[in-house]
Amino acid sequence: MYAQMVKTEADRPRTLEEMDPQERAFQERIDAGIKIEPKDWMPEGYRKTLIRQISQHAHSEIVGQLPEGNWITRAPTLERKAILLAKVQDEAGHGLYLYCAAETLGVSRDQLTEQLLSGKAKYSSIFNYPTLTWADIGAIGWLVDGAAIMNQVPLQRCSFGPYSRAMIRVCKEESFHQRQGYDIMMKLCQGTPEQKAMAQDALNRWWWPSLMMFGPSDAESVHSAQSMAWKIKLNSNDELRQKFVDQTVPQAEYLGLTVPDPDLKWNEDKGGYDYGEIDWAEFFEVIKGNGPCNRERMAARVKAHEDGAWFREGLMAHAEKQAERRRNAAA
Amino acid sequence: MARAATDDTALFEYALRLGDNCLILGHRVSEWCGHSPVLEEDIALANVALDLIGQTQLWLGLAGEIEGQWREGGGRSADDLAFLRDAGAFRNLLLVEQPNGDFGKTLARQFLFDAWHNAMLGALQGSADKRAAEIAEKAAKEVAYHLNRSRDLVVRLGDGTAESHSRMQRALDDLWFYTGELFLADEVDAAMLAAGIGPDLDDIRAQWDAEIDRTLKQATLRRPDSGHVQKGGKRGVHSEHLGYVLAEMQFLQRAYPGARW
Ligand SMILES: [Fe+2]
Ligand SMILES: [Fe+2]
Repeated sequence: MYAQMVKTEADRPRTLEEMDPQERAFQERIDAGIKIEPKDWMPEGYRKTLIRQISQHAHSEIVGQLPEGNWITRAPTLERKAILLAKVQDEAGHGLYLYCAAETLGVSRDQLTEQLLSGKAKYSSIFNYPTLTWADIGAIGWLVDGAAIMNQVPLQRCSFGPYSRAMIRVCKEESFHQRQGYDIMMKLCQGTPEQKAMAQDALNRWWWPSLMMFGPSDAESVHSAQSMAWKIKLNSNDELRQKFVDQTVPQAEYLGLTVPDPDLKWNEDKGGYDYGEIDWAEFFEVIKGNGPCNRERMAARVKAHEDGAWFREGLMAHAEKQAERRRNAAA
Repeated sequence: MARAATDDTALFEYALRLGDNCLILGHRVSEWCGHSPVLEEDIALANVALDLIGQTQLWLGLAGEIEGQWREGGGRSADDLAFLRDAGAFRNLLLVEQPNGDFGKTLARQFLFDAWHNAMLGALQGSADKRAAEIAEKAAKEVAYHLNRSRDLVVRLGDGTAESHSRMQRALDDLWFYTGELFLADEVDAAMLAAGIGPDLDDIRAQWDAEIDRTLKQATLRRPDSGHVQKGGKRGVHSEHLGYVLAEMQFLQRAYPGARW
């Protein structure tokens, strides 16, 4: 997902019997559905895992501005331009709430930014794919925000208070994004043959990367069990992916588009769709930095940061001068 | 302002000018999305761009409505005006089409424009044309905020580090000769003034001068010497930059004529 592969440093969660009393009390609070707040005691592993997860999520929102921002200046109508601007602005806002949530765990935004820019921290693989046509903006809203919602709705109930509250705010906006994206697709599919072809092409390119957003298959997800015990992950990757496929396939049919998966078919017994094998080799390459746009995305963020250094320093210097003036006036 | 006979072709031009300023500056500002020096600026700039695009819809909507009085088949929509005119038919000031440059240049351009825009909208709220007065009233609230923000940043960066100071000074020096056009009244401005629809640009200049002088002093920046004035935007003679803005902005409407989005 936006936090696709979060390491927890634990292959399996410990049982209550194996825990010391403090940790056991902590786990029992979680089991009872009581939120953990920043001032509460928490195991170091919980803190570290959450920092990784929340910051991956925040970084994804920030990097996610780039592929969509790519079309703001080319949006086809004034209204579409305004909607897209507002959407990209929301994503920056999500990044901001999430950095604030991470800061409650004792890490600064500057440290997290440094981790992103040095390549140490990850962000969602999805934002390393290019937006080649206007239909990609529709497909992102529909599929990418749709997949994000699938993951984030349960996270509203996660055990860490600030993260859970951030997710509640974020989810409201995400469902608006998804509706807008689907609306773009709808307009294209009702439009000229060229527009419809543009929509189909976007679905062809975004379908599989969207499924990859849920992360490796459950068999490969060695870190999930601990995160689930801590209730910072509430569903397995495959479970959410299945829900996403089941929700999205009828939406594609309604648009009159074809999902680019020859193995896709309804399975009456399980009450869901069977779908083809994901190209995991591609997924791991993108995670490693070899997606079509990893280099551009990172270069854009690094450039923004470096070019903006004088601006941030200027503001800091002014604040110091003002403080000094106030001290002198008071003296 | 007292109401005199309205010259609707002049009002059409006038609404285009106001709308095109918003559209082109909104476009420029939106180019920063995701690339600004700090997350809070990404959010703030997107906000400014959003306001300007909203104002574009109102002014160009008014222009189209007025045009409907004489154009066969009715006036053009705000979208048609935005996406289907060539550069020579655009009426924005040269200042707003200037490239973003560094963040300092973007801010200086914003401040110089906001100070003018704010004074204009203040006056237009009393316009004899009720539609213009209504748009101005709504836009004035947004632009007052834009001005507060750009003024504040100009002061902080002017009086920041040696580097931020010199970048802001260079930005002002580079942009200054586009500011004269803000106050150059032509026959459209004269007709609007006579009809009680638009303000006297000399009054606007006085307010602008006061704002600029006060702010630059606080920012420890030097007001560039008034010299040659670059002009032409208001009558459709632009810099080379506008063509590229339009090539980008209008791409889809041009590549897929008649398609609905
Ligand atoms: Fe988001
Ligand atoms: Fe979103």
